[in-house]
Amino acid sequence: MSLAISHLARRFGATEVLRGIELEVPQGELIALLGPSGSGKTTLLRIIAGLDWPDAGRLSFDGTDWLAKSAAERRIGFVFQHYALFPHMTMRDNIAFGLTVLPRAERPGKTQIAAVVDGLLQFLQIGGLADRYPAELSGGQRQRVALGRAMATQPRVLLLDEPFGALDAQVRRDLRRWLRGVHDSAGTTTIFVTHDQEEAFELADRVVVMNGGIIEQIGHPDQIYDHPATPFVARFLGLTVELPVTMHTGRACAAGLDLTGLPRRAIADGAATLFLRPADIRPVPEATAPFHVTEIASTGALLRIVAQDAAGCRIESEVPRRDGRDLAVGQAVSLRAAAGQIFPTGAPIGAVPAETPYTLKEARP
Amino acid sequence: MMAMAVASGGGRQRRVLPGFGLTMGLTLTYVGIVVLLPVIALALKGAEIGPVRFWDIVTAPRTLAALRLTVTAAALATVFNAFYGLLMAWILVRYRFPGRRLLDAMMDIPFALPTAVAGLALTALFSENGWYGQVLAPAGISVVYTIWGVAVAMSFTSIPFVVRTVQPILEDLDTSQEEAARTLGATPFQVFSKVIFPAILPSFLVGATIAFARSLGEFGAVIFIAGNLPMKTEIASLLAVIRLEEYDYNGAAAIALTLVAIAMALLVLSNWLQSRLTRRRVPA
Repeated sequence: MSLAISHLARRFGATEVLRGIELEVPQGELIALLGPSGSGKTTLLRIIAGLDWPDAGRLSFDGTDWLAKSAAERRIGFVFQHYALFPHMTMRDNIAFGLTVLPRAERPGKTQIAAVVDGLLQFLQIGGLADRYPAELSGGQRQRVALGRAMATQPRVLLLDEPFGALDAQVRRDLRRWLRGVHDSAGTTTIFVTHDQEEAFELADRVVVMNGGIIEQIGHPDQIYDHPATPFVARFLGLTVELPVTMHTGRACAAGLDLTGLPRRAIADGAATLFLRPADIRPVPEATAPFHVTEIASTGALLRIVAQDAAGCRIESEVPRRDGRDLAVGQAVSLRAAAGQIFPTGAPIGAVPAETPYTLKEARP
Repeated sequence: MMAMAVASGGGRQRRVLPGFGLTMGLTLTYVGIVVLLPVIALALKGAEIGPVRFWDIVTAPRTLAALRLTVTAAALATVFNAFYGLLMAWILVRYRFPGRRLLDAMMDIPFALPTAVAGLALTALFSENGWYGQVLAPAGISVVYTIWGVAVAMSFTSIPFVVRTVQPILEDLDTSQEEAARTLGATPFQVFSKVIFPAILPSFLVGATIAFARSLGEFGAVIFIAGNLPMKTEIASLLAVIRLEEYDYNGAAAIALTLVAIAMALLVLSNWLQSRLTRRRVPA
């Protein structure tokens, strides 16, 4: 039982929103579609739901062609960004909706429906809200009801569009853990769309990074975090420091940078670009180094340090405040990189959206 | 000092939006002079008659026949308008087709057209040698000088009320609710009956009620097509005019007051229904 997507393309007028999407989602997996706005992630989700149709490509579930089926026939659950609860129905009626619209022959009896709804209300921890109307609930409560409504019909795939986008930070964190719990106990194949990488990484078994209508990288969160496959993914995941380096026998070199901490890479000798996270850069006092500290600002836990060389190249780094006591403005420093990603300069961005093999032994239980 | 003066200025609550006193005063004056005063005058005139005489006038056979015709025809027109008005609003909001804006503008013609002109035009169309009459007459259907003619004229002048009250609600309807219903397995008909219709029901009721109230009082369009035979096709407002022409001011007032009472009762009922329906839908 799995969802298979191949060669999927969609355009709105002159805009190509999806350009050849290839994705396979096995039964029971929790997948995040991560990308900036306009990357096509919501369109992909809507096509899977049957709320939009592609111009080309295939979408099948368990061998059946889903493009030949309507949204109603696919038996999916869809949770909308703004919940789309029915305002004239109580929570109970909202959750029961999917069961009450079944054809008479398949529809469970009234008491059976009530039992299912009660079970869901308990499961979602919103038992006390059964007879309230959507307007009488908070955002987080509406979110739970929306999920309950989507799950009542026992969908084969659960789809969530920016499920926590409209909630404040604290509620969002709580609901995220709660959703992971719900997924683990219900076991429904789940795909959710988000632009928040923390959300994607914390929640998903696999993350699909999208940009400009293509998939840039698919992989386990840690894999993507440590080994971004393309310059786009690197920038998107916070590797915001970009430096020109020279490759020599698999090692990157640049004046004033200590890159011995980086592993050898199979990249041809020549010009390349090194992507680093500010937190992975450590300024080390060194009298003859070409970099000088020009700014030090404290954010409380961290020191944000800007170093500059004679050519005007500015590099930002973040150091725990206690480790940066020996640094002062004007001091000569060399920069030591703990981790980073190197791409040959001039490589087409997003050329290889291949899945990186990864052992799941580090994955959460 | 200034701050103190403002703070102690009669302890009035300060408003963000200025001009409340002026606008409210103007509005109340207008409502008083143009709406309330005539109604009060009418009520006083009615009260002058005394309950017994009032009852006699209203239950006179000719008055009863006129009221019955008016209410029945208005009800027919409203049923027709409720259905067609909803359909029209639906088409104008949900589909994009050439001429949509023209059609949208045409919905206001009954508002703008002098009702007597509408009445004349409808009579010409439905009379036995008119365009529609030619087709209908051989089939044994006569519209002119019957209750059907009255209903046709009423529905012509009141259909915009339904369209114009339902249209904005339909436009603002969140399409994701319909999509949600679809993903939950609802058929297109179920989406309409369980999601869309309940959402527009309050405004739909209001539109239909206003259309009904308007039909009760419709005069210009009806008198040309109705034939105005006493006891058969004479509407209540025409009878009131006839009483006036006979210098029977009491009779005219009693009939007019009855019409006002029916219309008011309906408006109150529909407002009550609307507030019941929307009571718990208002976002916190």
